Amino acid sequence: MYRLRLWSVRHARGLERLYKWVEGTMVALDPLFARIGYARVERPVAVLESGVKGLLFDCEMCGQCVLSSTGMSCPMNCPKQLRNGPCGGVRPGGFCEVKPWMRCVWVDAWDGAQRMRNGAWISEVLPPVDRSLKGSSSWLRVAREKAAERRHSETKSRARRIVAKAFAGARRNEPASAPLAEEPPSAVNREAQP
Amino acid sequence: MSADAQGHQAGLNAYEAPPPGHSSGSRLERVLRQGRFAVTAELNPPDSADPEDVFEAARPLAEVVDAINATDASGANCHMSSIGICSLLTRAGYGTIYQISCRDRNRIAIQGDALGAAAMGVRNVLCLTGDGVGVGDQPGAKPVFDLDSVSLLRALKTMRDEGVFLSGRKITRPPPLFLGAAENPCVTPVEWRPDRLKKKIEAGAEYIQTNYIFDMPQFEAFMARVRDLGLHEKVFILAGVGPLASARAARWMRSNVPGIHIPEHVIERLEKADKPGEEGKRLCVELIQQIREIKGIAGVHVMAYRREHQVSEIIMESGVLAGRRPVARRQRAAAPAKA
Ligand code: SF4
Repeated sequence: MYRLRLWSVRHARGLERLYKWVEGTMVALDPLFARIGYARVERPVAVLESGVKGLLFDCEMCGQCVLSSTGMSCPMNCPKQLRNGPCGGVRPGGFCEVKPWMRCVWVDAWDGAQRMRNGAWISEVLPPVDRSLKGSSSWLRVAREKAAERRHSETKSRARRIVAKAFAGARRNEPASAPLAEEPPSAVNREAQP
Repeated sequence: MSADAQGHQAGLNAYEAPPPGHSSGSRLERVLRQGRFAVTAELNPPDSADPEDVFEAARPLAEVVDAINATDASGANCHMSSIGICSLLTRAGYGTIYQISCRDRNRIAIQGDALGAAAMGVRNVLCLTGDGVGVGDQPGAKPVFDLDSVSLLRALKTMRDEGVFLSGRKITRPPPLFLGAAENPCVTPVEWRPDRLKKKIEAGAEYIQTNYIFDMPQFEAFMARVRDLGLHEKVFILAGVGPLASARAARWMRSNVPGIHIPEHVIERLEKADKPGEEGKRLCVELIQQIREIKGIAGVHVMAYRREHQVSEIIMESGVLAGRRPVARRQRAAAPAKA
């Protein structure tokens, strides 16, 4: 919801903390998820995540959540889906070039970042979205990343390794933005799945 | 005739490694690295498939600029492609800047085109987000925006420096490109524009061409912050300027072209002038002279849409070349003997 989305930016500090807590919980639940199987928990968690984040951020479930690096203003709501700051067309007063009735997502992002403890993360260059992850749970992805790091298990995907290397700073702050852990099939190309 | 010899005949330079300390060895890069005041200008792309129309459009610019920008469907209006124009001009010995917008092509197309352009001799690129399709001549088009200007910079830098595509696949001959980006210092959020510039530099930008500057106090504030952050030492900044045709044209631009900020007093000046066209030109010359005095400015970028005939007068009158004869067009040497 647009109104709630703006509220979230104004309360970026509190939400940042809440968000960290959710992520921490997800990581802590890794043994449980691993036992049930990440493939099987994917759908229910994705539904939950989409409900909560849809309400608070107008989340589009890109699967690679970077809210902590974008002032709690979801960049997927930018009509150009920019991940690294505003375009050159922002209208006077901070309105969007493409949708003049909407506030520029990135003007808000910079506002929100000011309120956050890790607001400086907004300066990190984020990689392009991996479109094959759309619809999947970013929370679970973070959990898998942390778990994989602990187990020193890494993907064999050359593409993922080069993106993680080329955008190392982004990966440090937001592991889901340049993931390296193996993905369960149910988390990839969900749009195409029956 | 061998394929190689044919290539030389067509004016194609075989892949040449850039000199030490250079990314590309392009003329623009050399001029900038030598600390000289650089001049670039935007070409009006033809709606035609005739190469002569491209040369025609380049002629009024060539004698006063170090490189010519070929726009990539700017304003989301369809014209001859940037890569086509750059290929033609580069082969004829002009210095070119290949503009890449993220609006129309995805990462597969963009990375492939970067190799294609480099193989054709193109050495400078300008990474842009692109205006939304809604303002253009075909508003029903699908906007792509797979990358953004910043991730595009990093992608090209990775191709050039690591010698791999974003897929990790190896590139046997990486493209020696001089990477540029745009910045719009006088447009909201002005307080964050310098930070965004910093991000672009971190992503790989080596030079910057700004959007139109008509608001000097605003631009000076921007540059002060840029100097505070030390960015002027990490990137070459070319300030964007251009002659306005009339008060009406200025107002139209301000409300119809995204990202254009023209203060009211500038428009009033044109309104009062007997010959607005001449006044617009004079204003542009004055702006260049003021901009040139700002610490951290490495050159100007002239965007004289439909007023290309004024570019050489503007540059000459501004005196920024200081007797230097830029070489956007190199005298074509006889085909080099096969090395
Ligand atoms: S104005 Fe802001 S929200 Fe709109 S397209 Fe540009 S960056 Fe995105």
